[in-house]
Amino acid sequence: MSTLTDLRRSMVAEARRRQRLTWLISAVVLVALPWIFSSSFSISIMTQIGIAIIFALSYNMLLGQGGMLSFGHAAYFGLGGFLAMHAMNYIADGAIPLPVPLLPLIGGVIGLFFGFIIGTFSTRRAGTVFAMISLGVAELIAALSLIFVGFFGGEEGVSSNRTKGPDFFGFNFGPDIQVYYVAAFWALIAAIAMFLFSRTPAGRMANAVRDNAERAEFIGYSQRNVRMISFCLSGFFAGLAGGMFAIAYEIVTEETLNMNQSGAVLLMAYIGGVGYFIGPIIGAIIMTLLRTVLSNFTELWMLYVGLLFIATVMFVPSGLTGLLMMHGPAWKRRSLKRLLAPYAAISIPSLAVIMGVGGLLELTHFAHTTSMDDRVMTLFSIPMNIDSLLPWAGLIALFIGGVLGVRRLRPMLLDAWADANGAGGGD
Amino acid sequence: METAIRLNRLHKSFGPTPIITDVNLDIVKGERHAIIGPNGAGKSTLFHLISGRYEPTSGDIELNGESIGGLPPYEIYRKGLSRSFQVTNIFARMSVYENIRCAVLWVKGYKYSFWNRVDNMEDVNERTEEILERINLADRAFVPAGLLAYAEQRALEIGIAIAGGNQVIILDEPTAGMSHSETEQVVELIRSVSEGKTLVMVEHDMGVVFNLADRISVLVYGRIIATDTPENIRANPAVQEAYLGVEADHE
Amino acid sequence: MLEITIFSLLNGTVYGLLLFMLSSGLTLIFSMMGILNFAHASFYMLGAYFGYTISSHIGFWPGLIFAPLIVGVMGALLERYALRHVHKHGHVAELIFTFGLAFLLEELTQFFWGTDQQAYKGPSLLDFPLFTLFDANFPAYKAFMLLISIGIFLGLLLVLTRTRVGLIIQAAITHPNMVNMLGHNVPFVFMATFGVGTALAGLAGTIAGPVMGTYPGMAHDLGSIVFVVVVFGGLGSLAGALVASLMIGIIQTFAVGLNYSVSDFLVTIGVSFPADHFLHDIWTMTLPQVAPLIPYLMLILILIFRPMGLFGTRET
Repeated sequence: MSTLTDLRRSMVAEARRRQRLTWLISAVVLVALPWIFSSSFSISIMTQIGIAIIFALSYNMLLGQGGMLSFGHAAYFGLGGFLAMHAMNYIADGAIPLPVPLLPLIGGVIGLFFGFIIGTFSTRRAGTVFAMISLGVAELIAALSLIFVGFFGGEEGVSSNRTKGPDFFGFNFGPDIQVYYVAAFWALIAAIAMFLFSRTPAGRMANAVRDNAERAEFIGYSQRNVRMISFCLSGFFAGLAGGMFAIAYEIVTEETLNMNQSGAVLLMAYIGGVGYFIGPIIGAIIMTLLRTVLSNFTELWMLYVGLLFIATVMFVPSGLTGLLMMHGPAWKRRSLKRLLAPYAAISIPSLAVIMGVGGLLELTHFAHTTSMDDRVMTLFSIPMNIDSLLPWAGLIALFIGGVLGVRRLRPMLLDAWADANGAGGGD
Repeated sequence: METAIRLNRLHKSFGPTPIITDVNLDIVKGERHAIIGPNGAGKSTLFHLISGRYEPTSGDIELNGESIGGLPPYEIYRKGLSRSFQVTNIFARMSVYENIRCAVLWVKGYKYSFWNRVDNMEDVNERTEEILERINLADRAFVPAGLLAYAEQRALEIGIAIAGGNQVIILDEPTAGMSHSETEQVVELIRSVSEGKTLVMVEHDMGVVFNLADRISVLVYGRIIATDTPENIRANPAVQEAYLGVEADHE
Repeated sequence: MLEITIFSLLNGTVYGLLLFMLSSGLTLIFSMMGILNFAHASFYMLGAYFGYTISSHIGFWPGLIFAPLIVGVMGALLERYALRHVHKHGHVAELIFTFGLAFLLEELTQFFWGTDQQAYKGPSLLDFPLFTLFDANFPAYKAFMLLISIGIFLGLLLVLTRTRVGLIIQAAITHPNMVNMLGHNVPFVFMATFGVGTALAGLAGTIAGPVMGTYPGMAHDLGSIVFVVVVFGGLGSLAGALVASLMIGIIQTFAVGLNYSVSDFLVTIGVSFPADHFLHDIWTMTLPQVAPLIPYLMLILILIFRPMGLFGTRET
């Protein structure tokens, strides 16, 4: 008896120590980031990442932890945003004496409220029925938002001014850097709260219901109530993210609650990895960066995101985090360095494949959209004339060469993988 | 003698097909009761009725004198009855430890708490560890349950059923698919965990039945044709004809 | 009023049968494979785009034949080389995959055809009003759509009730695990089902494109409604899909045609509100405005009160 108890206690103590350290380091990093990336562009991206992290984590309370696939999570995000925006207008009018940084809480309460209403009928079942209800509700709310112009502001949305609030330690939240710190604060608090939730009875039972809803009922838990709690809290955090969005952008439109937004959060969480707490965080960071950076370079960025998503679903269902975690055993064996050279080697033809595909897509797109006098596109710093055969042939050759290279190097990588994880493939 | 479970003119049909017909049965507090019968007799259906997975078509089920017919499984569990399944029914992606711990939470009174952390619940964790020792899975505690060997999963299945410490336990074929030595271990486990409790089990292994049960009920085509001590059941001509005879023909 | 009624009924039936062409394929796929294909309407969109491209080169009629075939082959290939791969991760993974597919297909469509609406036109042969009633025309092309839809419906009915394949499909619909036991080549059956289902969606797109518009958002605009249809009618029930298609088609068409608002109704019972009332938007809400909401309201109501749908037998 005592050996298991001792083992568990030491494991818990160790995990606690690690968690505290992680949160502490995260806090320090969040504070320090604006000194490292100080341009207004990067500060605005970091604010977006903070919002995306809260939103994606709240989404994963449903999909990853509770086994509920939602196609309409943006409804709670958007409604939270709209209400927070109206509240901001009241604040600006002096009608409510609420400091602006606390607005996300209003969004959260709204998300919780709608989560409660919709949860009462949608959490009876998981699976396809849940997914369909979430879709129907989201479509309904999105359609309503275009009808109720008074509340949702129609196509223009609702806007306000975040600097008109009551005094908050001398900050007026005009500068973006102040808004970044508000977002960073809420992202950290929300992440800690959602992590702690996953360690409570309700959080553990959410996992149990996800794995086997029927059995959960035979150990005293109503699957509906278990889902309901996750669903409401998930709505709360989505609304919180929406409220933060309202502060950051000072405008909320129908786009915050439509299907594209619901799809975006699913993509973030899934590409990051729904099986891990940190997965949606990684997904939020990568997808936000991809969106902002990629969209500066190419009009086709959505297509690339779609390709990335399909590739993830097909080949890496555990997401980027799962891919990282696969290296855990090798890391523990201190044999990770044996993978470095093979990875470096295979990355060259892989890059060739990506550049080949991307180049061909870009060139095709350019050929479709350009005028008769503008026939030269600069791709990878090389001017390419779309009427000449050379760029096309070159890109196709790059692609085929890359594919051949990857196939050539694959056995070597697999060998190195087996070697790094203990020869023979298993231990 | 007090009854733990009373089945009163219990009836269940699926569409026009009756599966359980007019079953009356009193299970006395503290006894170990086995339900036997040929395949398709309705034994699992009977368990599903008692544990709340199915609703009775008519008739009633009482647990400690209180009617539970048609209540959802979690209500019945909260009133003191827990069960295991014939087909292993665990939380496959969670660790063995978590499987048991989840089964302890409700009874320890934490319910749907979303403010207490499980790691801080010394009572829950100690109970979990005690159960893990009992079912011999202490050294497998942190393995995902889905990766356990079959016999280990069966042990976990029983562990989940007994973890809450409910006074009435019903086990659906606890030794199904086990080797001889594994069966012996499970019998000892069942004997020890059912000490001072009421146990009802469906079992095909006659060795296990006659070894463990204080009384036996024979279910044939949805009807109970006899309820008696093992000796009397063995001697009962109706049982021999309807059940043991059938069984002998098979072998 | 009579004019509106007749035309709404006609247009609603055309629209409803179009929905049925989509929902029957979706139902077929769901019944046989257990997959709710989120990308189903994307194949409808592809049908319209292929129909447009073919018609602009060699004419409408070849497009009517080839576009659905191409879409069906694409669907079958997608099942064979992608969906089957995801299948082992379970139904949620499949649903996520088809969701991603819908997203990707929309992007690809924009990539190849651009974001503008395409000038996809019906054949000039059918470019005349079939009849004129109360000064309004009923185009011959719509009658043609109606004919094709009814033809497909009758064809499906015949195949299902009169052929061996139909019997197997029916068995699979009522007993989802049956196909496995019948000893048929299950992977092939799956591929064929997906191919036929998507081809039906493609055909719907090919004939609807000229009337309902051929643009990148067309999959999204119809996709959710097709889901409503199959869930409302009962997942896996072809009869349910038919009834729900017609219901939603006709109700929505009527709602668009009847320009009444809540306040019109309130006025008739003697209640009126000032224009600056804060619930102004609700009082002035008109039926055409509400029309897009109706399917979703129906979906939510049916899922609350009868989760298996109108004709469904299983709750999934």
